Amino acid sequence: MTTINIEHASRWFGNVVAVNDVTMTVGPGVTGLLGPNGAGKSTLINMMGGFLAPSNGSVTLDGDAIWRNESVYRKIGIVPEREGMYDFLTGLEFVVANAELHGLGKEAAHKALATVEMEYAQDRKIATYSKGMRQRVKMASALVHEPSVLLLDEPFNGMDPRQRMQLMDLLRKMGDSGRTVLFSSHILEEVEQLAAHIEVIVAGRHAASGDFRKIRRLMTDRPHRYLVRSSDDRVLAAALIADPSTAGIEVDVTEGALRIQAVDFGRFTELLPRVAREHSIRLLSVSPSDESLESVFSYLVTA
Amino acid sequence: MYDPTVARLTYRALLGRRRAAVLLILPVLLIFIAVAVRAFSGVDDQTASDVLGGFALATMIPLIGVIAGTGAIGPEIDDGSIVYLLAKPLPRPTIIFTKLIVAIAVTMVFSAVPTFIAGFILNGNGQQIAVSYTIAALVASIAYSALFLLLGTVSRHAVVIGLVYALVWETLFGSLVAGARTLSVQQWSLAVAERTAGDGLIASDVGLPLAIVLLVGVTVVATWYAGQKLRTLTLAGEE
Repeated sequence: MTTINIEHASRWFGNVVAVNDVTMTVGPGVTGLLGPNGAGKSTLINMMGGFLAPSNGSVTLDGDAIWRNESVYRKIGIVPEREGMYDFLTGLEFVVANAELHGLGKEAAHKALATVEMEYAQDRKIATYSKGMRQRVKMASALVHEPSVLLLDEPFNGMDPRQRMQLMDLLRKMGDSGRTVLFSSHILEEVEQLAAHIEVIVAGRHAASGDFRKIRRLMTDRPHRYLVRSSDDRVLAAALIADPSTAGIEVDVTEGALRIQAVDFGRFTELLPRVAREHSIRLLSVSPSDESLESVFSYLVTA
Repeated sequence: MYDPTVARLTYRALLGRRRAAVLLILPVLLIFIAVAVRAFSGVDDQTASDVLGGFALATMIPLIGVIAGTGAIGPEIDDGSIVYLLAKPLPRPTIIFTKLIVAIAVTMVFSAVPTFIAGFILNGNGQQIAVSYTIAALVASIAYSALFLLLGTVSRHAVVIGLVYALVWETLFGSLVAGARTLSVQQWSLAVAERTAGDGLIASDVGLPLAIVLLVGVTVVATWYAGQKLRTLTLAGEE
């Protein structure tokens, strides 16, 4: 049982505040650190990994400060986001070196490479690896000493769907076995598939914390805006507004389109095509007009 | 204090194909000059001392020191791969000390060996010239490695600063301003070489006791400070 405690931690770079008074506890199981790009996820992970001192507050591992404390790495494994990783070595040489630095031997390296299914390419130079392969070798290097805490910064970037599933499986297993696994992502679906517990960071602030279903509901229950073009906008508008899932419709004459505000996301997505078919209306285009992640997150912050 | 794995990684990074080629350019040039001088003007002790002092010690060794010293850690900090060394239960001063040993070894091999060969070509070690300059090269390798390893740890522009120090301070400034020569690795190592060479062939502006104190002091302080800097090395995020 290993727990990372972050208490009122802030970190600023000059005048820029990257992390602002964050308090959270990361315990056993898989935790997803969710937030848009530039929200401060990497800064937070770097503080948890001992590569950045908190400007204020504290970051501890089972009560011990992480900053300037090399002994924490017996318990922590880190999968960094950056790609730099001794490209002139083969995958095996790289993982063996990482094992040796932990005072372990070749068996640990082979075991870790087997865990990430990279044995088939272990004798190739890392320089020849694809991004997904690099990611898995990084993962193996973090697993050699079977750490009780695993920190991963955007681990799914550049992975193909199969590799993604495989890594998710692996992380899930590690979480189930009582290890503390924390990964960051800016993609809601990734976090949702893997983590039961989510911490949301927006603009350096801790915006939400808890069960993913709760957060998902917050995210999906917010008003969604769509821009819809059809063969008969007014008939479609009249039919849609009769349903409670639609809160408002504006007929935008200059654009030649409908601006629809839906309050019940699930029901509306089912309603729209059905209504169109019933009235023999052709839908020319349906596009969400505020689906950017930023707007989703900013909604969360105000919620 | 010394970690064989860190050493192995550092050697492989330093002696990768491209860097090794760069490291070889100056030694090859030195031996080429030695052969040419010997062929055109024959054996002369003063000429031999001038070539070894003017090119080998004043230019080649500091430049190789820059490449090996900063190269032993700078690129890893730049591309972030240093994380794999730092995220280990390994005292950070051990990482620095190991990298220092590697940088010294590489600098010695690429500077002292060609200096010795060139000395033999120039005058067959007459008046102990070849041996004296080889000793100077070995001594200078240690101090330069420590100095440039520190530079590689604290600055992203280590190579540029190192080149400026090696070329402007040691070579140009040192030849114009007498005081600058007191603070010059080159002069300290010359003070050591002065002892073994024939009379008046090698001269240093610094006395031997002071030179030794400064050599040891700079090496120890630079290494200690680099270790401290690595303990608090901040890896800023990508954002």
